[in-house]
Amino acid sequence: MVKISNDLVKHMSRLARIPISDAEEKELAKGFNKTLEVIDNLFKVDVKGVEPTHQVTGLENVLREDIVDDKKMLTQEQALSNTKNKHNGYFVVDQILAED
Amino acid sequence: MKLNELTLKKAIDLIDKKEVALKDIYRDINEKMEEDSKKLNIYLSLDKTAEKKAEEQKNKPLRGLPIAVKDNFLTVGLPTTASAKILDGFMPPYESTVTKRLKSAGGIVIGKTNMDAWAHGSSTETSDFGPTKNPRNPDYLPGGSSGGSAAAVADNMTITAIGSETAGSIRQPAAWCGVVGLKPTYGRTSRYGVVAMGSSLDSPGPLTKTVEDSAVLLNIIAGRDENDATTSPLSVPDYTKNLKKGVKGMRIGICYIDNPKIKGTEAAISIEKAGKILESLGAKVDMVLTSHHLEKGKILNHEHAISVYTIVQRAEVSSNLSRYDGVRYGKDRSFFGHEAKNRIMLGVFGLSSSVSQEELVYEYAQKVRSLYITNFKELFSRYDVLISPTSPSYALPLGATSGDAMFGELQDMLVEPSSLAGNCGISVPCGYNSKTNLYLGLNIMGDYFNEEKILQVASAYEEATTWNSWLKKI
Amino acid sequence: MTDYLPIIGMEIHVQLKTKTGLFCGCKNDSSAKAPNIHTCPVCLGLPGALPIANKKAIEWTVKFGLALNCKINKNSKFDRKHYFYPDLPKGYQISQYDLPFCFEGFVNTSFGKVKVGRVHLEEDAGKLIHETINGKKVSLVDFNRSGVPLIEIVTGPDMHSSIQAKEYAKKIKQIVRYLDIGNCDMEKGEMRLEANISLQKKGETKLPNYKVELKNINSFRFLERGIEYEIKRQKEILDSGKTPVQETRGFNSEKGITYTQRSKEEAADYRYFPDPDLPPIRLDDRWMDEIKSTEPELIDSVFARWEKDYKVDRKFTELLFETAEESKWLDNLFFEAKKQKLDVVRLVNQLVNRKIKTAFDKNSLYQILNDFKKSVAVDDITDEQLLVIIKKILSINQKAVADYKSGKTNVINFLVGMVMREAKKKIEFKRLESLITSMIR
Repeated sequence: MVKISNDLVKHMSRLARIPISDAEEKELAKGFNKTLEVIDNLFKVDVKGVEPTHQVTGLENVLREDIVDDKKMLTQEQALSNTKNKHNGYFVVDQILAED
Repeated sequence: MKLNELTLKKAIDLIDKKEVALKDIYRDINEKMEEDSKKLNIYLSLDKTAEKKAEEQKNKPLRGLPIAVKDNFLTVGLPTTASAKILDGFMPPYESTVTKRLKSAGGIVIGKTNMDAWAHGSSTETSDFGPTKNPRNPDYLPGGSSGGSAAAVADNMTITAIGSETAGSIRQPAAWCGVVGLKPTYGRTSRYGVVAMGSSLDSPGPLTKTVEDSAVLLNIIAGRDENDATTSPLSVPDYTKNLKKGVKGMRIGICYIDNPKIKGTEAAISIEKAGKILESLGAKVDMVLTSHHLEKGKILNHEHAISVYTIVQRAEVSSNLSRYDGVRYGKDRSFFGHEAKNRIMLGVFGLSSSVSQEELVYEYAQKVRSLYITNFKELFSRYDVLISPTSPSYALPLGATSGDAMFGELQDMLVEPSSLAGNCGISVPCGYNSKTNLYLGLNIMGDYFNEEKILQVASAYEEATTWNSWLKKI
Repeated sequence: MTDYLPIIGMEIHVQLKTKTGLFCGCKNDSSAKAPNIHTCPVCLGLPGALPIANKKAIEWTVKFGLALNCKINKNSKFDRKHYFYPDLPKGYQISQYDLPFCFEGFVNTSFGKVKVGRVHLEEDAGKLIHETINGKKVSLVDFNRSGVPLIEIVTGPDMHSSIQAKEYAKKIKQIVRYLDIGNCDMEKGEMRLEANISLQKKGETKLPNYKVELKNINSFRFLERGIEYEIKRQKEILDSGKTPVQETRGFNSEKGITYTQRSKEEAADYRYFPDPDLPPIRLDDRWMDEIKSTEPELIDSVFARWEKDYKVDRKFTELLFETAEESKWLDNLFFEAKKQKLDVVRLVNQLVNRKIKTAFDKNSLYQILNDFKKSVAVDDITDEQLLVIIKKILSINQKAVADYKSGKTNVINFLVGMVMREAKKKIEFKRLESLITSMIR
């Protein structure tokens, strides 16, 4: 299995949008590699012809009708209630972030 | 006896017979809270109007009795943080289905309990708000991630409690705190309004003082939810009805204790003893041997399940935590704790095609998952229930998780296979160390939607033994 | 100077006009009067919220795919597509990856067949507005649109001119309107166009080793102009021996140019996996039969039938209706007209010129035929015949012609009256005016 280099950790942290310091990078790489050691034996298991399980329920076609659900809808106030960054009914973010 | 020590069933009985007043129960609970809460760090928030609300619910099935709820259930009026700094102060604008049903039945959410942050763990030590201590012995961990709920029950700081399990998060803290913990079949209870961890695994369920209490709560929370497409349309039976039927003629298989790392341990011996007791009650008990590949009548080695579970769960975690960007609520992503960072990044790795694997690690793991499902399906055609130790050991001391990137998944190794399959399971106390005052747990596993069977076995075992301190007292 | 063949593919997103979102029951209203008034825990991405799929959105996607001659995946599912952006509340979009509802279809254009690789269903994101508040540059986010169903239509690199691309895009809109599953108002963002453009050296069989993505095009005209500009720009780069940078560009309609938006050095890693919250979809025979039974006749077949039965040109009839319902009404109209031995071609002309208004309700059908019969009685003379008369009138009224040419345009009334007197008929004023003025020039 792939050994986790510091570069890979940097790449993963970018994909996951989680800022990490250089020290954290080293620690996370170490932790990853330990984890990978544990799960490495998985690839010795023969799965030829086996379908992956994405759903244990066996359910299918669980659908809803195209009807407005007033009970579930939030008011504008409720929608904005958990942030301080709001303006005239909008959520506000830094523009630099938005153009990333 | 103090009234906070009542079980749910007994409290309802005594209230109905007018032998006990609701306000006196709350009085004793509040007293216990004042004594122990700060010391043990069990509750993150409390509803100061709980008692007042309780008075209005006296005629409903739960009579206004208090329930401790794990802090990953969204409750209107109380903050919901999943013990994570990112959600510190988050006030949900909507209610989880499980707590909604409990409230409709007259239950009162007395407070939100501590947990491993984001449910990432088996200790409650990785909470962003400090660890919870095991009430049986405060130098030890209560287990997790529903450690706060288990501890609240163990310490009689509530009458009953609710938690959630992805793989072990109800049963393992139940085992380590010496209480009862029931993980329903995946899809039996609704995940709507529960902070998502492993979407294909999460199962809300009760943590209680007795097996009967678990059945009472399951009756209320189980059933299809139109807000959760993965809930089952199967009807909900009365789980208390066949509780005392006993185990005569039932086929029971003992699992995992032949594994060289588990054989001969106290946990393994306690299960052997449990098997003998069930046999004496009329069950037919077999040892199920472990195999390294699919073999009829044998159980697939649990060690692969650790890998499968780690990959699948962390992949789903990394996805489910993508919504925390600080725009609409909460703090930004730099506030993730170390364990969360660990899991998210490994999850991203498992889903990433840029890691240049031929096949996604995640897809591979989901194939091995299929093997476990096939295995359990076959075994449940031979056995009514399977039993094993819930945890390989007694509760571990505070600080045991530090530096271990795989602590959570390793502690839950024995319950991961059945959790991956979506099966139900219940843990009841089955061993005790008088020196440390700590417990061992017996894990009873059942096929899909066979909660009645596992409750039956658990109840028979509970009555035939003296581990359950609450049954003795009443 | 080398010759190049433009290689153009398009990706079009169309908002479905379902009443509610794709995964929640929030009102789908692109004219909402205030921001963040149509949200719920699901489309706002609150902790613990879960999606439930909208049956109608799925059916409309299949219907649309069938109208594009697509194959349908009987077993389908939704997948999570991960990326971070402030308007994407969950940090992933629920979309479709390897099992889209529809695949391998095509659209006929006058330049040839355009293959449609896939049509899939996904949820829309919120809207971002850039502003400056208290001197600080910020973006305002409105989640009303979050969760609205979108169908994404992807072609192969099968188009070779800006005109063809425009025709294709217009056809897509026509079909969406025909099925009445979307409004396609591009100013409201209900239809979004993206084009991939590259140039292949004539004679080469391999596809070019680069691709430029053109985004932010919100009209058919801008699509055409944007592609034209790109072709020119890329030609210049290729002629100088270089390869155009693989990137995303936007179109500046004021200046008529394309500009760099972001460079795509590496393919985005969306970490697709099947959404565990949504059980798979199985379009069994019964459901497919139900959907097919509500599928109207293919629009191309309607036009072909009208050309055959009534000799009416598609380029006129397609101006007369949008939806299948409306086309059925026209069917009845043409059938009746033919039965009454009326000139359907002329009827269509009058409808196109708004001389008679179409109303699409049952009662107005006979009213329209009556109006037509009246106007034909009045105007029962061909243009050729009129031109003969007009020529005569103009030749004996030279002064009037001179007056008209010098700016006294009112004299047209006099000339029209003279023609009518000569023809001994009442003829429609505008018709005569246009014939006379064209003759004078």
